[in-house]
Order: sequence, then C-alpha cells, then structure tokens
Amino acid sequence: MLTKRIIPCFDVDNGRVVKGVSFVALRDAGDPVELAAQYEERGADELVFLDITASSDNRPTVYDMVARTTDQVFIPFTVGGGIRSAEDVRVMLEHGADKVSINTAAVERPELITEGAHGFGSQCIVVAVDAKRRDADDPSAGWEVYTHGGRTPTGIDAIAWVREAVERGAGELLVTSMDRDGHQTGYDLELLRAIREAATAPVIASGGAGTPDHLYEALTTGGADAVLAASIFHFGTYDIAALKQYLADRGVPMRLDAAHAIEDLEGTTS
Amino acid sequence: MADTVIIDYGAGNLRSVARAVAHAGYDAEIRSDPGAIEGARALILPGVGAAADTMANLRAAGLVDPLREYIDADRPFLGVCMGMQALFDVSEEGGQHACLGLLPGRIVRFPDGLTIPHMGWNTLSIVRPHPVLDGVEDGTYAYFVHSYHPQPDDPALVIAETEYADVFPSIVGRGNLIATQFHPEKSGAAGLRLYANFLRLALDTGSIAPAAAEAAGSA
Repeated sequence: MLTKRIIPCFDVDNGRVVKGVSFVALRDAGDPVELAAQYEERGADELVFLDITASSDNRPTVYDMVARTTDQVFIPFTVGGGIRSAEDVRVMLEHGADKVSINTAAVERPELITEGAHGFGSQCIVVAVDAKRRDADDPSAGWEVYTHGGRTPTGIDAIAWVREAVERGAGELLVTSMDRDGHQTGYDLELLRAIREAATAPVIASGGAGTPDHLYEALTTGGADAVLAASIFHFGTYDIAALKQYLADRGVPMRLDAAHAIEDLEGTTS
Repeated sequence: MADTVIIDYGAGNLRSVARAVAHAGYDAEIRSDPGAIEGARALILPGVGAAADTMANLRAAGLVDPLREYIDADRPFLGVCMGMQALFDVSEEGGQHACLGLLPGRIVRFPDGLTIPHMGWNTLSIVRPHPVLDGVEDGTYAYFVHSYHPQPDDPALVIAETEYADVFPSIVGRGNLIATQFHPEKSGAAGLRLYANFLRLALDTGSIAPAAAEAAGSA
C-alpha cells in the first residue's frame, strides 16, 4: 500500500541551514547535508531544501550542497528557490536533485512547467503554491496566489492555478497556506481539500504544523499525500520515527521500516 | 574497460545511480558509447522521463542494437524505471511507441481516478525468490514515481508485485535480466542492498540468474 510521506524542509542560506536546529549528535547543526543524513536515518520519506539566498551569486554553493547530499543520502530530495529556466532545472538535476520546486517563475511564465515536464519528465517538476485566503474566516471566498516568498499578491485564484499547473505537466503540488505558515496552529484543511478535489497530482501540505494531530488532520481530512514541516522537527520537539508510529497507530499508512541504518549494509558487500 | 557500466542516453539522474553503486562498494563508469556495452560485465540502464524520448535518445546514440545483443546473450543486466519500461514491446505513453521488444508485453497507464503519478513509498510483494533480492524482505518499502506500469504477457516474468488500486509488476526478470519499476537508488538501505547483490553476483560469478546462482552456492 502506498504510504503517506513525512517531509522535513530546510531553509538554506548561503549553504547553511537557517532557523535553529537543536539536534544532538550533530557535529555541525548548520550543515544541510549532515542534517539530511540524520533525517534519513530517523525515517524521513523525502527531503526539501529551500534556497532562500536572495543573491544568485551563490549557485555554486547550492550545487555543491546538492551534489554532497546525493553522495550521502539515498532517499529522494527536492530543491527549490531561484529556479527560473529549463536550464536551471537541468543543472540542478545533473547535480543529483530528484525534483525541483518552482514557484514565482512558474506564475510569471507558466511555459516553464511545460518545458520542464517535457524535457525532464513530470516526476521532477514540483509546483509550489503560496496561497492566502481572500477572507480569513470564509474559505468559500477562495484563495489567492502570492509570489516572491509571499510578498506579492497576483490576483490569481489558487485552485485555477493548480489545475493549470497539472495540465502543463506538474508532477506534484507543494501547497503552503500563508495564513497558517509559522503559526503552528494546523494546516488550512479547507485549502487542502479544495486543491485535492481540483488536481490529480499528489499534494504536499505545508504551513501550520505544530502538533502530531495537525499532520494527522492534513493527511486524513485534508486528503494530502504528504506533509512538509520544518520547526516541528528541527527544534527536536518531535522525533520523526515516533511521529510516524503515532500516525500509523491512528491508521495512516506509514513506512516504518526506514530506521534501518544504512550503515548496516556496510561490510556485507566487500 | 569498465566492468560496471551505467548507460547514459541523455536523460535521468545518473549521479544518484552512480553513488548507489559506489556506496555498495563498486566502481561504475557512466558511458554513452556502444563499445562500453559490449565490454561490460554488469550493465545498468537507468532512466526517467517519457518513453518516446527514451527510445529516440537510445537510437540517436546508437545504443539499441548493442543493448539488444547484450540482453540476447543473457548477460547481467539491471533496468530501472524507464530503463525497465523500455525493455517491453510497446509503451502507451503519449500514443503507441515501439520499445526494445526484449520482453513481451505493454506499458500501460494507471486508470483515471487515481492520483497520478504513483509517487512515494510502497511495498514489494515478492512472488518469486531471486538472488538479487537476497536480504530484501517481502513487504519492504521502495520508492516509486511513475504514471505508467508494465503489463507483461508472460506472468513468469514477474518477480515482485505492488498494489496501487490494482496490482502491477514492480520487479520483472528472466535469466540474467532483472528490472525494477521503483528507484532502488532512492529506496534507502533495501535499494542499496539490491545494487550490492546485483553487482556482487554479476562480477563475482558472472550470473545473477536464480538457477545458476543456486548452482554456484551463493543464493
């Protein structure tokens, strides 16, 4: 049975993880690659790196991080931030990313989705949508798409936009509720349901996770295929393996054999 | 001449396959020349993307005949995802596209009404033990991302199955050929073990086939 996915997300600035991470047993808590390996071992199903560096001068730093992650991590990972052209997609995949996440550039030039899907396959094109309620108290008023890290309203209806994105070849949708992001009060379940009903591609829920129950709600009531979260994991409040067990105990299909250490394999091959 | 060759036909995430091979303790060369296939003792055909592009790229690189000859000679071969689908007769992805025709059957789309692609971790039900799956338990999770799946004419080709609404073959094989619909290079420890088994058998014994492996006492 296909399991629901738990996806930790790292904000990376100039090759360093930002927002404090309070794991023990890390030599360097700011190193995204070491953190990624640690999350893999604890049972993360995928990883997302979001490059938040404003300048484009640091691309080599990002490529280096992606290549080093590929060397050490054997679960899928997505890289987002600053991807503006099919060539940007190609270079990121060449360094080992499994998927790229595009947001502002896709809204400004939707053909980028088509080009990416045709050139490299839908499976690697994640369209990220930052959506904000038009009326905070009334989901029937709909959601508006924002770009540029949530700073720029576009007037575009989020539901219409995800339909177009999937028609153009998006293989997955990363849906962030701007109303909930950073508040740890739970995902916007009405938003998730509306996206789920409008789109045939898998949906990753983002924005608002504060407790295990929030993840449960997004994966059940919200109908999401995966949940993305940052602070709930990074601050060490909830261990991924324990969280997955919690969700599995409540009937959510989870991959629980993941905590097999990769190191177990070593010594069996030579 | 490289013993282990990963075929590069201009598509796909080859770096992660090469890293999985390295992590399993072997060296591989990423090659796009027909001569590399001829000299290989273990051949890996990875791949993502669309069937038509895959076949066009293989033809343009002059790799179709060398691949057919290699597999017809029953030499150790591992296909992954599109590298599995390309082995069958026809793919229905984006029309009807002739593939390599090395395995009888078609590549068909998941039915409407499902979330597509089938993306994420799903279980392998092993229907036929295979030396390449040594240490990979029945029910192990593997990482899938695909919208089409194989429909072999011959049920004897099926080594493992996976359920997504219906049951589809997730590992197929015969003789020294094995191919997975999932991505072992993205399937954590179990996937790395699959690569390690394949390479150990291919390079140490020259055969990954069930009977031959048993005869060699390594199954």
